[in-house]
Amino acid sequence: MSVNKLFKEKLKIVNVGSPSFIKDYEVQNIDYVHLEWRPPAGGNLKLLSLLNRIRPNMDLINKANEEVVSKIKAAEAKLVAVKQAIKVIPGMTSHMILHSGPPITFDKMCGPMQGAIIGALMYEGLAKNQDEALNLAESGNITFDSAHHHNAVGPMAGIISASMPVHVIYNETHGNYSYCTINEGLGKVLRYGANSEEVLTRLKLMEKVVMPVLNQAVEIAGGIDIKSIITQALHMGDDCHNRSKASSALFLREVAGYIVETNFSDEMKEQTINFIKNNEHYFLNLSMPYCKVALDSARNTKNSTVVLAMSRNGVDFGIQLANNSDKWFTAPANYVKGLLFPGFTEDDAAPDIGDSSITETCGIGGFAMGGAPAIVQFVGGGVQKAFDYSKEMHQITAGSHQVFTLPTLDFMPTALGIDILKVVETNILPIINTGMAHKKAGVGQVGAGLVTPPMACFEKALEDFAKSIQGEK
Amino acid sequence: MKDFKVLKKTYYDSVTLMSVTIAIKKALNLNDLVMFMGTDMNKEMMNSVGLYNQVFDEATPNDLLLGVEMEEENSDWADQVIEQLNNKNKKHESANTIYKTIAQAKEAKDSNLAIISVPGIYAANEAYKALENDMHVMLFSDNVSIEDEIALKDLALKKDLLVMGPDCGTAIINGKGLCFANQVSKGNIGLVAASGTGLQEVTVIIDKFGGGITQAIGVGGRDLSEAVGGKMTLKGIDALNEDAETKLIVVISKPPHKNVLDKIINKLETVKKPVVVCLLDTKIDQKIDNVYFVSTLTEAGQKALELIGKKTPNLTELDNELKTRIQKEKELKKPTQTKVKGLFCGGTLAAEALSILRGGLDGITSNVAKKENEKMKNPMKSQGNNLIDLGDDMFTQGKPHPMIEPTIRLDRIISEAKNPETSVILLDFELGLGSHDDPVGVTIDTIIESKQLAEKDGRHISFVAYVCGTNKDFQGLEKSEKLLRDQGVIVAKTNAHAAIIASSIVGGAK
Repeated sequence: MSVNKLFKEKLKIVNVGSPSFIKDYEVQNIDYVHLEWRPPAGGNLKLLSLLNRIRPNMDLINKANEEVVSKIKAAEAKLVAVKQAIKVIPGMTSHMILHSGPPITFDKMCGPMQGAIIGALMYEGLAKNQDEALNLAESGNITFDSAHHHNAVGPMAGIISASMPVHVIYNETHGNYSYCTINEGLGKVLRYGANSEEVLTRLKLMEKVVMPVLNQAVEIAGGIDIKSIITQALHMGDDCHNRSKASSALFLREVAGYIVETNFSDEMKEQTINFIKNNEHYFLNLSMPYCKVALDSARNTKNSTVVLAMSRNGVDFGIQLANNSDKWFTAPANYVKGLLFPGFTEDDAAPDIGDSSITETCGIGGFAMGGAPAIVQFVGGGVQKAFDYSKEMHQITAGSHQVFTLPTLDFMPTALGIDILKVVETNILPIINTGMAHKKAGVGQVGAGLVTPPMACFEKALEDFAKSIQGEK
Repeated sequence: MKDFKVLKKTYYDSVTLMSVTIAIKKALNLNDLVMFMGTDMNKEMMNSVGLYNQVFDEATPNDLLLGVEMEEENSDWADQVIEQLNNKNKKHESANTIYKTIAQAKEAKDSNLAIISVPGIYAANEAYKALENDMHVMLFSDNVSIEDEIALKDLALKKDLLVMGPDCGTAIINGKGLCFANQVSKGNIGLVAASGTGLQEVTVIIDKFGGGITQAIGVGGRDLSEAVGGKMTLKGIDALNEDAETKLIVVISKPPHKNVLDKIINKLETVKKPVVVCLLDTKIDQKIDNVYFVSTLTEAGQKALELIGKKTPNLTELDNELKTRIQKEKELKKPTQTKVKGLFCGGTLAAEALSILRGGLDGITSNVAKKENEKMKNPMKSQGNNLIDLGDDMFTQGKPHPMIEPTIRLDRIISEAKNPETSVILLDFELGLGSHDDPVGVTIDTIIESKQLAEKDGRHISFVAYVCGTNKDFQGLEKSEKLLRDQGVIVAKTNAHAAIIASSIVGGAK
């Protein structure tokens, strides 16, 4: 019997509460761990009682969560085409603009998002200048919608308009698609709200050169396996959110030969190869739709408390659950804490923005920080701190991703399937590794660092879930 | 003034540069500082903050560019920046691993026991988590609902785990004292107790006279209530029955509910090892082979020692020396001095004293009494023979328990000394883990002061004390007892012994 087993073992204590007992363990040479204990659910008794009410249904929930995690893991993702948004994205129209994060009206949007929309309207030829574009955006003649509602994602402002080329990702296991724009690079770019001539010219280059060349290359290749690039890049120091150096290089290696095989001019081929080569964040816009297509495969799994989307529009942070996946649970977005580029202060930064936290939702990005030592100084500490984050995330997930492993942590799989019950109970929030946008449109990136979703998103989701599961019985 | 410098082929990664720039700027008292590798994008950025110079034009991405704005001219600024940069680059805070949840600790350290002392409203939740992670639980917290206690204990039984508590203050597992426990020798006696100080007293007596213990399992004061049904007491008896090291079992409890008592008796009929059952204040006439019912802690200790073949002196007897001493004390009394005032830190010790003194002292009352006629009307104010448990909630609101902080008893000692009816002040002191570093030491001045106060009034106060502890306890038993004796305090051998001495000073003992 197990009590009698205890009598024969060495006592190993977890001290939960008063630190005054520690000296007693020490004088008696007892192995102990003292928890950095905080009241569960932030001490919120209402939430604790919700958790307790859900407890009898744990078997049902655990089963649903297992199903979700195994679906996400089973998803395979191939880049199968690079086409204009209007040709491939479901529900896309010529007068529609998709944006990152939960739905938001134009007047409520943050500066960078409005700036990017103005740029997109000029790029589409729907407006000649900024004033016209602003008037048009405010006129009600443009439909704004969350990219997530169209199986699409985008970093930062995440603006997708009709003519923009998008990566088309196909999940062979479950048969669903996802979409993401092509990453423009750093500096003055649309996703940070810049809309100058230089920005629009680059967008045109992407549409006229990069898209056709890459599309044909991908066709010749018979699709490029994105998931396997992520798997390799995690062994090469990428987290595939804030660092995509290795994955971008791997992608170029996969695709370069096929680009050469296309029937476009040498100049266009060279421009395409250089475009990819010169942008070490290129792959972010492929890792994101991989995550989206994998997570989407588990949408509307009844009784599952796993998060399938975490996303920010620069004002609010929103999450979606596997159970009732079309509902958003939102709260005002936090500010990113981290390193600022010289000349900028924290006051310059916009609130957390973009769909890129889809990477953390799928177990990479901040969750894989322990495997990306080159960027851990963003966390304001050493490598150990990054290890701790990657390990800690296992406390709040329903499973782990055996294919995504971290060599620095003895090939520990990354944590996968954020479980709102665990988040609320442990008060540990998902850690997101992300860039910081200037709050004014067009200035660009001002730094990078760490951010967490607001706890309120998870609390609201829990309240809704508790109602939903009570209804089941 | 502004100044610029290019350091050829000096590579630092951009994150390092970003992370130390502000610190160096502050350390060197510069107005502004930019440090970048010479990429085109970085050059543009330096330009945008107004710290670009044509010396940067030819720089490559392997060259470090420094731009500075400072108040006073300083030709060494670049060297100082590099020195700082190299220092900062060396220092990396290596964060210690932080554990926030029981599951994390379990995974990392394979912990087997959770000791939980968080506020009661959160305690059950943590206990569930510990059980879910296959860990035993010692639940020190109180204010855990009876429903949670039952659910936790049921889950524990299903998983063959212990839940000691809630409100469990004492246990000794594998020779290690937990929370409030004395350092006692290892041996062959196993204990299960629904009382913390009761468990301490019996283990101390066993240790003092050559015995030793295997395990001392606390179960929490409510375990033997009708609702909980003795779940952990029964489990503890089973575990000790199975344990090869344990030759003898001692069960300690305040009077249990009748139905629960029946369950325990049924269980004991199946136990092959001898069992001493101490149900305070309860006489059991039932005869079961190998089961010995006693009603005081002293008897429990003494019986256990006898059963393992250790000789003990009679622990409740008054020897000649003591008799002489008591006679002397009596002679110093004024006629008004007829009452015993017991001021206890240990609740079970107060209850044991009550069970001994009710025969000898008229109208004795206590805040631990269960019988209506013995209940103290106002424990804040003494009247007649009183035994007061100062660990009672009414005394400890917002304060530490008197075992941790015995000073909350000091004022009460003074006020009892001023009371003309007080003849004897009876005190207990608990040594061991969790208790105050020097409980006697912080009390001794007050004992001296109160004696002097009384003497000014022509009265002699007798102090009778019992120190529950062993010489292995870090506070030191001998040292503590000597301190008391040096001030004329009569020091008893056990808590029951102390009660008997007190009673005989006021003429109550036979």
